[in-house]
Amino acid sequence: MINLFEVVETNEMITKENLDVRTITLGISLLDCIDSDLGRLNEKIYHKIYDSAKDLVSTGEEISREFGIPIVNKRISVTPVALIGGAACKSIEDFASIAGTLDKVAHEVGVNFIGGYSALVSKGMTPADQLLIRSIPLALSTTERVCSSVNLGSTKTGINMDAVKLMGEIVKETATATKEQDSLGCAKLVVFCNAPDDNPFMAGAFHGVTEADKIINVGVSGPGVVKTALSKVRGKDFEVLCETIKKTAFKVTRVGQLVAQEASARLGVPFGIVDLSLAPTPAIGDSVADILCEIGLEYAGAPGTTAALALLNDQVKKGGVMASSYVGGLSGAFIPVSEDQGMINAVEAGALTIEKLEAMTCVCSVGLDMIAIPGDTKETTISGMIADEMAIGMVNQKTTAVRIIPVIGKGVGETVEFGGLLGYAPIMPVNPFSCDDFVKRGGRIPAPIHSFKN
Amino acid sequence: MNKTIITVVGKDTVGIIAKVCTYLAENKINILDISQTIVQGYFNMMMIVDTNQMEKIFGEMADELHTLGEEIGVDIKCQKEEIFDKMHRI
Repeated sequence: MINLFEVVETNEMITKENLDVRTITLGISLLDCIDSDLGRLNEKIYHKIYDSAKDLVSTGEEISREFGIPIVNKRISVTPVALIGGAACKSIEDFASIAGTLDKVAHEVGVNFIGGYSALVSKGMTPADQLLIRSIPLALSTTERVCSSVNLGSTKTGINMDAVKLMGEIVKETATATKEQDSLGCAKLVVFCNAPDDNPFMAGAFHGVTEADKIINVGVSGPGVVKTALSKVRGKDFEVLCETIKKTAFKVTRVGQLVAQEASARLGVPFGIVDLSLAPTPAIGDSVADILCEIGLEYAGAPGTTAALALLNDQVKKGGVMASSYVGGLSGAFIPVSEDQGMINAVEAGALTIEKLEAMTCVCSVGLDMIAIPGDTKETTISGMIADEMAIGMVNQKTTAVRIIPVIGKGVGETVEFGGLLGYAPIMPVNPFSCDDFVKRGGRIPAPIHSFKN
Repeated sequence: MNKTIITVVGKDTVGIIAKVCTYLAENKINILDISQTIVQGYFNMMMIVDTNQMEKIFGEMADELHTLGEEIGVDIKCQKEEIFDKMHRI
Protein backbone atom coordinates (compact mmCIF):
# COMPACT_ATOMS: atom_id res chain seq x y z
CA MET A 1 0.00 0.00 0.00
CA ILE A 2 1.05 3.58 -0.65
CA ASN A 3 2.99 5.08 2.26
CA LEU A 4 3.24 8.55 3.73
CA PHE A 5 6.68 9.17 2.24
CA GLU A 6 5.45 8.49 -1.30
CA VAL A 7 2.40 10.68 -0.86
CA VAL A 8 4.51 13.54 0.46
CA GLU A 9 7.00 13.17 -2.40
CA THR A 10 4.26 13.37 -5.05
CA ASN A 11 2.55 16.32 -3.39
CA GLU A 12 5.81 18.23 -2.99
CA MET A 13 6.47 17.76 -6.69
CA ILE A 14 3.08 19.32 -7.37
CA THR A 15 3.06 22.12 -4.81
CA LYS A 16 6.73 23.11 -4.62
CA GLU A 17 8.32 21.97 -7.87
CA ASN A 18 5.66 22.91 -10.41
CA LEU A 19 4.86 19.38 -11.58
CA ASP A 20 1.90 19.63 -13.92
CA VAL A 21 0.32 18.21 -16.99
CA ARG A 22 1.06 20.92 -19.48
CA THR A 23 -1.67 20.13 -21.93
CA ILE A 24 -4.45 17.78 -22.89
CA THR A 25 -4.81 18.28 -26.60
CA LEU A 26 -7.81 16.90 -28.45
CA GLY A 27 -6.96 16.18 -32.05
CA ILE A 28 -9.94 16.43 -34.39
CA SER A 29 -10.00 15.42 -38.04
CA LEU A 30 -11.76 17.93 -40.27
CA LEU A 31 -11.47 15.80 -43.40
CA ASP A 32 -15.20 15.03 -43.29
CA CYS A 33 -15.99 18.75 -43.29
CA ILE A 34 -14.55 19.44 -46.74
CA ASP A 35 -17.02 21.31 -48.94
CA SER A 36 -16.71 23.51 -52.02
CA ASP A 37 -19.03 26.10 -50.47
CA LEU A 38 -17.17 28.30 -48.00
CA GLY A 39 -20.18 29.05 -45.80
CA ARG A 40 -21.08 25.39 -45.49
CA LEU A 41 -17.45 24.49 -44.84
CA ASN A 42 -17.20 26.97 -41.97
CA GLU A 43 -20.46 25.74 -40.54
CA LYS A 44 -19.38 22.09 -40.66
CA ILE A 45 -16.01 22.92 -39.07
CA TYR A 46 -17.73 24.83 -36.27
CA HIS A 47 -20.13 22.01 -35.47
CA LYS A 48 -17.57 19.21 -35.71
CA ILE A 49 -15.21 20.98 -33.30
CA TYR A 50 -17.92 22.18 -30.95
CA ASP A 51 -19.56 18.77 -30.69
CA SER A 52 -16.23 17.00 -30.19
CA ALA A 53 -14.71 19.41 -27.69
CA LYS A 54 -17.60 20.82 -25.67
CA ASP A 55 -16.73 18.66 -22.65
CA LEU A 56 -12.95 18.90 -22.99
CA VAL A 57 -12.35 21.73 -20.53
CA SER A 58 -14.77 20.48 -17.86
CA THR A 59 -13.36 16.95 -18.12
CA GLY A 60 -9.83 18.29 -17.75
CA GLU A 61 -10.84 20.25 -14.67
CA GLU A 62 -12.59 17.24 -13.18
CA ILE A 63 -9.51 15.05 -13.62
CA SER A 64 -7.33 17.79 -12.21
CA ARG A 65 -9.48 18.02 -9.12
CA GLU A 66 -9.75 14.30 -8.47
CA PHE A 67 -6.04 13.59 -8.72
CA GLY A 68 -4.84 16.90 -7.36
CA ILE A 69 -2.62 17.54 -10.38
CA PRO A 70 -2.84 20.84 -12.27
CA ILE A 71 -3.69 20.50 -15.95
CA VAL A 72 -2.52 23.85 -17.27
CA ASN A 73 -3.91 23.89 -20.78
CA LYS A 74 -6.76 22.30 -22.63
CA ARG A 75 -6.29 22.64 -26.37
CA ILE A 76 -7.46 21.48 -29.77
CA SER A 77 -5.56 20.53 -32.89
CA VAL A 78 -7.20 20.07 -36.27
CA THR A 79 -6.30 18.71 -39.69
CA PRO A 80 -4.04 21.15 -41.58
CA VAL A 81 -6.44 23.77 -42.88
CA ALA A 82 -4.72 23.97 -46.28
CA LEU A 83 -6.11 20.48 -46.98
CA ILE A 84 -9.57 21.32 -45.69
CA GLY A 85 -10.02 24.70 -47.33
CA GLY A 86 -8.51 23.92 -50.71
CA ALA A 87 -11.83 23.27 -52.45
CA ALA A 88 -13.63 26.32 -51.07
CA CYS A 89 -11.02 29.05 -50.62
CA LYS A 90 -10.17 31.25 -53.56
CA SER A 91 -8.54 34.14 -51.71
CA ILE A 92 -6.56 34.80 -48.56
CA GLU A 93 -9.71 36.30 -47.01
CA ASP A 94 -11.53 33.00 -47.64
CA PHE A 95 -8.83 31.13 -45.73
CA ALA A 96 -8.79 33.72 -42.95
CA SER A 97 -12.53 33.16 -42.51
CA ILE A 98 -11.71 29.58 -41.47
CA ALA A 99 -9.26 30.99 -38.92
CA GLY A 100 -12.14 33.14 -37.68
CA THR A 101 -14.32 30.05 -37.26
CA LEU A 102 -11.56 28.23 -35.36
CA ASP A 103 -11.08 31.24 -33.08
CA LYS A 104 -14.79 31.50 -32.41
CA VAL A 105 -15.21 27.84 -31.52
CA ALA A 106 -12.05 27.93 -29.37
CA HIS A 107 -13.60 30.73 -27.33
CA GLU A 108 -16.89 28.91 -27.03
CA VAL A 109 -15.48 25.61 -25.81
CA GLY A 110 -13.01 27.46 -23.59
CA VAL A 111 -9.65 26.22 -24.92
CA ASN A 112 -6.78 28.69 -24.89
CA PHE A 113 -5.26 27.67 -28.23
CA ILE A 114 -6.36 25.84 -31.35
CA GLY A 115 -3.65 24.58 -33.70
CA GLY A 116 -3.77 23.41 -37.27
CA TYR A 117 -3.89 26.55 -39.37
CA SER A 118 -1.21 24.72 -41.22
CA ALA A 119 0.23 23.58 -44.50
CA LEU A 120 2.52 20.62 -45.18
CA VAL A 121 4.81 21.66 -48.01
CA SER A 122 8.01 19.72 -47.41
CA LYS A 123 8.35 18.91 -51.10
CA GLY A 124 6.06 21.27 -52.96
CA MET A 125 3.18 23.68 -52.55
CA THR A 126 -0.29 23.35 -54.03
CA PRO A 127 -2.14 26.58 -54.87
CA ALA A 128 -4.17 26.03 -51.67
CA ASP A 129 -0.99 25.65 -49.61
CA GLN A 130 0.37 28.89 -51.05
CA LEU A 131 -2.87 30.71 -50.42
CA LEU A 132 -3.03 29.50 -46.83
CA ILE A 133 0.57 30.52 -46.18
CA ARG A 134 -0.07 33.97 -47.64
CA SER A 135 -3.15 34.31 -45.44
CA ILE A 136 -1.21 33.65 -42.20
CA PRO A 137 -0.47 37.33 -41.39
CA LEU A 138 -4.14 38.22 -41.82
CA ALA A 139 -5.34 35.13 -39.93
CA LEU A 140 -3.02 35.62 -36.96
CA SER A 141 -3.63 39.35 -36.70
CA THR A 142 -7.42 38.97 -36.71
CA THR A 143 -7.71 36.03 -34.31
CA GLU A 144 -6.59 35.49 -30.75
CA ARG A 145 -6.29 31.75 -30.16
CA VAL A 146 -5.42 30.31 -33.56
CA CYS A 147 -1.94 28.85 -34.01
CA SER A 148 -0.28 28.29 -37.34
CA SER A 149 2.47 25.96 -38.49
CA VAL A 150 4.12 25.07 -41.79
CA ASN A 151 6.22 21.97 -42.46
CA LEU A 152 9.00 23.03 -44.83
CA GLY A 153 11.15 19.94 -45.07
CA SER A 154 11.75 16.36 -44.04
CA THR A 155 14.50 13.78 -44.08
CA LYS A 156 12.59 11.92 -46.80
CA THR A 157 11.83 14.86 -49.08
CA GLY A 158 14.59 17.39 -48.51
CA ILE A 159 13.88 21.08 -47.94
CA ASN A 160 11.43 23.12 -49.95
CA MET A 161 13.51 26.28 -50.36
CA ASP A 162 10.74 28.15 -52.21
CA ALA A 163 8.62 27.74 -49.12
CA VAL A 164 11.55 28.67 -46.85
CA LYS A 165 11.94 31.92 -48.79
CA LEU A 166 8.21 32.59 -48.61
CA MET A 167 8.08 31.90 -44.87
CA GLY A 168 10.86 34.44 -44.23
CA GLU A 169 8.54 37.02 -45.79
CA ILE A 170 5.46 35.72 -43.97
CA VAL A 171 7.15 35.83 -40.55
CA LYS A 172 8.07 39.46 -41.22
CA GLU A 173 4.58 40.30 -42.50
CA THR A 174 2.99 38.65 -39.46
CA ALA A 175 5.27 40.69 -37.21
CA THR A 176 4.23 43.88 -39.01
CA ALA A 177 0.54 42.98 -38.93
CA THR A 178 0.71 42.53 -35.14
CA LYS A 179 3.23 45.27 -34.37
CA GLU A 180 0.82 46.99 -31.96
CA GLN A 181 1.15 43.93 -29.70
CA ASP A 182 4.95 43.66 -30.00
CA SER A 183 4.62 41.36 -33.02
CA LEU A 184 2.82 38.74 -30.92
CA GLY A 185 1.48 37.02 -34.06
CA CYS A 186 4.90 35.42 -34.61
CA ALA A 187 4.64 33.67 -31.23
CA LYS A 188 1.73 31.73 -32.74
CA LEU A 189 3.58 30.77 -35.92
CA VAL A 190 6.14 28.00 -36.22
CA VAL A 191 7.89 26.32 -39.13
CA PHE A 192 9.06 22.72 -38.96
CA CYS A 193 11.26 20.11 -40.50
CA ASN A 194 9.95 16.57 -39.88
CA ALA A 195 6.78 17.85 -38.17
CA PRO A 196 5.08 15.11 -36.11
CA ASP A 197 1.40 14.34 -36.73
CA ASP A 198 0.57 13.97 -33.05
CA ASN A 199 2.25 16.91 -31.34
CA PRO A 200 0.12 18.21 -28.44
CA PHE A 201 2.17 21.39 -27.94
CA MET A 202 1.47 24.79 -29.43
CA ALA A 203 2.13 26.60 -31.64
CA GLY A 204 2.96 23.57 -33.76
CA ALA A 205 0.10 21.20 -32.96
CA PHE A 206 -1.94 19.89 -35.85
CA HIS A 207 -3.94 16.70 -36.34
CA GLY A 208 -2.13 14.76 -39.03
CA VAL A 209 -3.92 12.93 -41.81
CA THR A 210 -2.50 9.63 -40.52
CA GLU A 211 -4.51 10.03 -37.31
CA ALA A 212 -7.94 8.71 -36.30
CA ASP A 213 -11.07 10.88 -36.33
CA LYS A 214 -10.37 12.08 -32.80
CA ILE A 215 -7.48 11.47 -30.45
CA ILE A 216 -6.22 12.57 -27.04
CA ASN A 217 -2.57 13.56 -26.78
CA VAL A 218 -1.00 14.71 -23.54
CA GLY A 219 2.12 16.72 -22.83
CA VAL A 220 3.71 16.50 -19.38
CA SER A 221 6.15 18.82 -17.80
CA GLY A 222 8.36 18.93 -14.77
CA PRO A 223 11.64 20.80 -15.14
CA GLY A 224 11.40 21.87 -11.49
CA VAL A 225 11.05 18.25 -10.37
CA VAL A 226 14.17 17.22 -12.30
CA LYS A 227 16.13 20.17 -10.95
CA THR A 228 15.17 19.40 -7.34
CA ALA A 229 16.10 15.73 -7.80
CA LEU A 230 19.47 16.74 -9.24
CA SER A 231 20.15 19.14 -6.39
CA LYS A 232 20.30 16.08 -4.15
CA VAL A 233 23.13 14.47 -6.18
CA ARG A 234 25.47 17.46 -6.57
CA GLY A 235 29.07 16.46 -7.22
CA LYS A 236 28.18 12.85 -8.09
CA ASP A 237 29.37 11.31 -11.38
CA PHE A 238 27.45 11.08 -14.66
CA GLU A 239 26.10 7.62 -13.96
CA VAL A 240 24.32 8.86 -10.84
CA LEU A 241 23.26 12.04 -12.64
CA CYS A 242 21.71 10.12 -15.55
CA GLU A 243 19.99 7.57 -13.33
CA THR A 244 18.44 10.37 -11.30
CA ILE A 245 17.05 12.13 -14.37
CA LYS A 246 15.73 8.85 -15.74
CA LYS A 247 13.89 7.91 -12.55
CA THR A 248 12.42 11.37 -12.20
CA ALA A 249 11.29 11.42 -15.82
CA PHE A 250 9.59 8.08 -15.25
CA LYS A 251 7.55 9.45 -12.36
CA VAL A 252 6.60 12.61 -14.21
CA THR A 253 5.54 10.70 -17.29
CA ARG A 254 3.43 8.25 -15.30
CA VAL A 255 1.25 11.16 -14.26
CA GLY A 256 0.84 12.10 -17.92
CA GLN A 257 -0.09 8.55 -18.81
CA LEU A 258 -2.72 8.44 -16.04
CA VAL A 259 -4.25 11.74 -17.11
CA ALA A 260 -4.23 10.69 -20.76
CA GLN A 261 -6.00 7.41 -19.98
CA GLU A 262 -8.57 9.11 -17.77
CA ALA A 263 -9.28 11.83 -20.33
CA SER A 264 -9.55 9.24 -23.06
CA ALA A 265 -12.03 7.11 -21.07
CA ARG A 266 -14.17 10.03 -19.92
CA LEU A 267 -14.37 11.72 -23.32
CA GLY A 268 -14.76 8.45 -25.20
CA VAL A 269 -11.86 9.38 -27.46
CA PRO A 270 -8.91 7.03 -28.08
CA PHE A 271 -5.62 7.75 -26.33
CA GLY A 272 -2.91 8.77 -28.80
CA ILE A 273 0.42 9.52 -27.18
CA VAL A 274 2.17 11.09 -24.24
CA ASP A 275 4.73 13.67 -25.26
CA LEU A 276 7.74 13.11 -23.00
CA SER A 277 8.73 16.66 -22.57
CA LEU A 278 10.42 19.08 -20.25
CA ALA A 279 8.49 22.21 -21.07
CA PRO A 280 9.45 25.30 -19.09
CA THR A 281 7.30 28.27 -18.15
CA PRO A 282 8.39 31.73 -17.06
CA ALA A 283 7.55 30.78 -13.44
CA ILE A 284 10.55 30.65 -11.14
CA GLY A 285 11.72 27.07 -10.67
CA ASP A 286 10.08 25.85 -13.89
CA SER A 287 13.15 26.19 -16.06
CA VAL A 288 15.13 23.83 -18.30
CA ALA A 289 18.10 26.25 -18.16
CA ASP A 290 18.14 25.83 -14.37
CA ILE A 291 18.57 22.07 -14.85
CA LEU A 292 21.60 22.75 -17.04
CA CYS A 293 22.98 24.96 -14.28
CA GLU A 294 22.30 22.25 -11.72
CA ILE A 295 24.25 19.81 -13.93
CA GLY A 296 27.22 22.13 -13.50
CA LEU A 297 27.10 25.16 -15.78
CA GLU A 298 27.28 28.76 -14.62
CA TYR A 299 24.71 29.73 -17.24
CA ALA A 300 22.97 27.95 -20.11
CA GLY A 301 25.21 28.69 -23.08
CA ALA A 302 28.52 28.08 -21.28
CA PRO A 303 30.87 25.50 -22.83
CA GLY A 304 29.45 22.07 -22.03
CA THR A 305 25.86 23.20 -22.58
CA THR A 306 25.29 21.07 -25.66
CA ALA A 307 26.63 17.95 -23.96
CA ALA A 308 24.57 18.60 -20.83
CA LEU A 309 21.43 19.12 -22.88
CA ALA A 310 22.12 15.99 -24.95
CA LEU A 311 22.30 13.80 -21.88
CA LEU A 312 19.28 15.47 -20.31
CA ASN A 313 17.20 14.93 -23.41
CA ASP A 314 18.26 11.32 -23.74
CA GLN A 315 17.62 10.42 -20.11
CA VAL A 316 14.18 12.07 -20.18
CA LYS A 317 13.28 9.81 -23.11
CA LYS A 318 14.75 6.70 -21.51
CA GLY A 319 12.83 7.28 -18.31
CA GLY A 320 9.66 8.32 -20.05
CA VAL A 321 9.44 5.53 -22.61
CA MET A 322 8.76 2.86 -20.01
CA ALA A 323 6.24 5.02 -18.20
CA SER A 324 3.87 5.33 -21.13
CA SER A 325 2.32 2.82 -23.50
CA TYR A 326 2.62 5.18 -26.48
CA VAL A 327 5.00 8.08 -26.82
CA GLY A 328 5.22 10.60 -29.60
CA GLY A 329 4.93 14.26 -30.42
CA LEU A 330 8.09 16.27 -29.88
CA SER A 331 9.33 14.36 -26.81
CA GLY A 332 12.37 16.02 -25.27
CA ALA A 333 13.58 19.14 -23.54
CA PHE A 334 12.26 22.41 -24.92
CA ILE A 335 14.57 25.39 -24.95
CA PRO A 336 12.40 28.42 -25.65
CA VAL A 337 14.01 31.68 -24.58
CA SER A 338 11.10 33.89 -23.55
CA GLU A 339 9.29 31.09 -21.72
CA ASP A 340 12.21 30.14 -19.48
CA GLN A 341 13.55 32.50 -16.82
CA GLY A 342 16.92 30.72 -16.76
CA MET A 343 17.32 31.20 -20.52
CA ILE A 344 16.42 34.88 -20.22
CA ASN A 345 19.01 35.29 -17.47
CA ALA A 346 21.61 33.58 -19.67
CA VAL A 347 20.87 35.91 -22.58
CA GLU A 348 21.01 38.97 -20.34
CA ALA A 349 24.33 37.82 -18.89
CA GLY A 350 25.73 37.48 -22.42
CA ALA A 351 26.20 33.71 -22.02
CA LEU A 352 23.75 32.59 -24.68
CA THR A 353 23.70 33.52 -28.37
CA ILE A 354 21.52 32.43 -31.27
CA GLU A 355 24.44 30.41 -32.65
CA LYS A 356 24.75 28.47 -29.39
CA LEU A 357 21.00 27.94 -29.32
CA GLU A 358 21.29 26.53 -32.84
CA ALA A 359 23.93 24.06 -31.66
CA MET A 360 21.69 23.08 -28.76
CA THR A 361 18.83 22.31 -31.14
CA CYS A 362 20.93 19.52 -32.67
CA VAL A 363 20.56 17.45 -29.51
CA CYS A 364 17.17 18.30 -28.09
CA SER A 365 13.56 18.62 -28.91
CA VAL A 366 12.50 21.23 -31.44
CA GLY A 367 14.58 24.27 -32.24
CA LEU A 368 14.99 28.03 -32.21
CA ASP A 369 11.99 28.82 -30.07
CA MET A 370 10.51 32.07 -28.85
CA ILE A 371 13.54 34.14 -29.73
CA ALA A 372 12.99 37.87 -30.14
CA ILE A 373 15.17 39.47 -32.81
CA PRO A 374 15.42 43.07 -34.07
CA GLY A 375 12.40 44.23 -36.09
CA ASP A 376 14.61 45.38 -38.96
CA THR A 377 15.99 41.88 -39.61
CA LYS A 378 15.74 41.18 -43.35
CA GLU A 379 13.29 38.59 -44.69
CA THR A 380 16.13 36.70 -46.35
CA THR A 381 18.05 36.56 -43.09
CA ILE A 382 15.02 34.99 -41.41
CA SER A 383 14.80 32.51 -44.30
CA GLY A 384 18.50 31.75 -43.85
CA MET A 385 17.98 31.03 -40.15
CA ILE A 386 15.03 28.81 -41.03
CA ALA A 387 17.06 26.96 -43.68
CA ASP A 388 19.87 26.26 -41.18
CA GLU A 389 17.45 24.82 -38.68
CA MET A 390 15.65 22.75 -41.34
CA ALA A 391 19.01 21.32 -42.44
CA ILE A 392 19.77 20.21 -38.88
CA GLY A 393 16.44 18.41 -38.72
CA MET A 394 16.74 16.89 -42.17
CA VAL A 395 20.24 15.50 -41.68
CA ASN A 396 19.72 14.33 -38.10
CA GLN A 397 16.33 12.74 -38.82
CA LYS A 398 14.69 14.71 -36.04
CA THR A 399 12.06 17.38 -35.69
CA THR A 400 13.37 20.91 -35.72
CA ALA A 401 11.43 24.14 -35.69
CA VAL A 402 11.80 27.89 -35.80
CA ARG A 403 9.60 30.32 -33.91
CA ILE A 404 11.34 33.67 -33.99
CA ILE A 405 9.78 37.05 -33.44
CA PRO A 406 11.16 40.06 -35.30
CA VAL A 407 9.82 42.75 -32.99
CA ILE A 408 8.88 45.67 -35.19
CA GLY A 409 10.20 48.97 -33.86
CA LYS A 410 12.59 47.39 -31.37
CA GLY A 411 16.28 46.56 -31.44
CA VAL A 412 19.04 44.80 -29.50
CA GLY A 413 19.12 45.83 -25.85
CA GLU A 414 15.36 46.27 -25.62
CA THR A 415 12.93 43.81 -24.09
CA VAL A 416 9.61 42.55 -25.32
CA GLU A 417 6.78 41.41 -23.08
CA PHE A 418 4.35 38.80 -24.42
CA GLY A 419 2.62 38.04 -21.14
CA GLY A 420 1.33 34.85 -19.57
CA LEU A 421 2.92 31.56 -20.56
CA LEU A 422 4.73 33.26 -23.45
CA GLY A 423 6.85 35.32 -21.05
CA TYR A 424 9.23 38.15 -21.98
CA ALA A 425 12.44 38.24 -23.92
CA PRO A 426 15.49 40.40 -24.44
CA ILE A 427 16.01 41.07 -28.15
CA MET A 428 18.97 39.06 -29.38
CA PRO A 429 21.44 40.17 -32.05
CA VAL A 430 21.36 38.37 -35.40
CA ASN A 431 24.41 37.78 -37.61
CA PRO A 432 24.39 40.86 -39.87
CA PHE A 433 25.93 39.29 -42.98
CA SER A 434 23.77 38.64 -46.02
CA CYS A 435 22.45 35.35 -47.40
CA ASP A 436 20.29 37.01 -50.09
CA ASP A 437 21.76 35.14 -53.04
CA PHE A 438 21.48 31.80 -51.28
CA VAL A 439 17.84 32.24 -50.38
CA LYS A 440 16.87 33.63 -53.81
CA ARG A 441 18.07 30.56 -55.71
CA GLY A 442 14.70 28.84 -55.29
CA GLY A 443 13.81 25.18 -55.74
CA ARG A 444 14.51 22.30 -53.38
CA ILE A 445 17.45 20.96 -51.41
CA PRO A 446 17.47 17.20 -52.14
CA ALA A 447 16.99 14.64 -49.38
CA PRO A 448 20.21 13.44 -47.76
CA ILE A 449 21.74 10.13 -48.82
CA HIS A 450 20.91 8.36 -45.57
CA SER A 451 17.19 8.89 -46.16
CA PHE A 452 17.21 6.12 -48.78
CA LYS A 453 16.68 3.16 -46.55
CA ASN A 454 14.35 1.12 -48.76
CA MET B 1 -13.34 -0.38 -3.49
CA ASN B 2 -12.78 3.25 -4.39
CA LYS B 3 -9.63 4.42 -2.70
CA THR B 4 -8.86 8.04 -1.97
CA ILE B 5 -5.86 9.47 -0.17
CA ILE B 6 -6.58 12.26 2.28
CA THR B 7 -3.60 14.28 3.47
CA VAL B 8 -3.73 16.70 6.36
CA VAL B 9 -0.80 19.05 6.89
CA GLY B 10 -0.52 21.98 9.29
CA LYS B 11 0.21 23.21 12.76
CA ASP B 12 -0.61 20.61 15.40
CA THR B 13 -3.64 21.25 17.57
CA VAL B 14 -6.17 19.29 19.65
CA GLY B 15 -8.82 17.32 17.78
CA ILE B 16 -7.62 17.31 14.16
CA ILE B 17 -8.11 13.57 13.71
CA ALA B 18 -11.41 13.65 15.62
CA LYS B 19 -12.89 16.33 13.39
CA VAL B 20 -11.72 14.72 10.15
CA CYS B 21 -12.93 11.29 11.26
CA THR B 22 -16.31 12.66 12.30
CA TYR B 23 -16.77 14.12 8.84
CA LEU B 24 -15.76 10.81 7.25
CA ALA B 25 -18.12 8.81 9.45
CA GLU B 26 -21.04 11.13 8.72
CA ASN B 27 -20.47 10.61 5.01
CA LYS B 28 -20.07 6.83 5.16
CA ILE B 29 -16.42 7.02 4.18
CA ASN B 30 -14.51 4.02 5.53
CA ILE B 31 -10.94 4.50 6.80
CA LEU B 32 -8.59 1.73 5.66
CA ASP B 33 -5.29 3.06 6.96
CA ILE B 34 -3.91 6.03 8.87
CA SER B 35 -0.31 7.12 9.27
CA GLN B 36 0.66 10.24 11.10
CA THR B 37 3.78 12.02 12.28
CA ILE B 38 4.63 15.33 13.89
CA VAL B 39 7.76 17.03 12.58
CA GLN B 40 8.86 20.23 14.36
CA GLY B 41 5.34 20.94 15.59
CA TYR B 42 3.81 20.26 12.17
CA PHE B 43 1.11 17.71 11.92
CA ASN B 44 1.37 15.41 8.90
CA MET B 45 -1.26 12.76 8.33
CA MET B 46 -2.23 10.49 5.50
CA MET B 47 -5.40 8.45 5.40
CA ILE B 48 -6.38 5.84 2.88
CA VAL B 49 -10.16 5.75 2.69
CA ASP B 50 -12.80 3.91 0.72
CA THR B 51 -15.48 6.19 -0.73
CA ASN B 52 -17.64 3.43 -2.19
CA GLN B 53 -20.58 4.02 0.19
CA MET B 54 -20.36 7.80 -0.02
CA GLU B 55 -23.42 9.51 -1.49
CA LYS B 56 -21.71 12.77 -2.45
CA ILE B 57 -19.63 13.32 -5.53
CA PHE B 58 -15.86 13.49 -5.20
CA GLY B 59 -15.58 17.25 -5.74
CA GLU B 60 -18.14 17.98 -3.05
CA MET B 61 -16.25 15.89 -0.49
CA ALA B 62 -12.95 17.52 -1.48
CA ASP B 63 -14.45 21.01 -1.07
CA GLU B 64 -16.06 20.24 2.27
CA LEU B 65 -12.90 18.70 3.67
CA HIS B 66 -10.93 21.70 2.45
CA THR B 67 -13.33 24.02 4.26
CA LEU B 68 -13.12 21.88 7.39
CA GLY B 69 -9.32 22.16 7.15
CA GLU B 70 -9.56 25.94 7.01
CA GLU B 71 -11.67 25.92 10.17
CA ILE B 72 -9.10 23.80 12.02
CA GLY B 73 -6.17 25.70 10.52
CA VAL B 74 -4.70 22.85 8.47
CA ASP B 75 -4.54 22.02 4.77
CA ILE B 76 -6.63 19.01 3.75
CA LYS B 77 -6.26 17.47 0.30
CA CYS B 78 -8.16 14.62 -1.31
CA GLN B 79 -6.70 12.76 -4.24
CA LYS B 80 -7.65 9.48 -5.88
CA GLU B 81 -5.13 6.78 -5.10
CA GLU B 82 -4.17 6.12 -8.72
CA ILE B 83 -1.87 9.12 -9.03
CA PHE B 84 0.37 7.76 -6.27
CA ASP B 85 0.07 4.20 -7.44
CA LYS B 86 1.02 5.09 -10.99
CA MET B 87 3.96 7.18 -9.91
CA HIS B 88 5.46 4.86 -7.31
CA ARG B 89 4.54 1.35 -8.52
CA ILE B 90 5.47 -0.28 -11.80
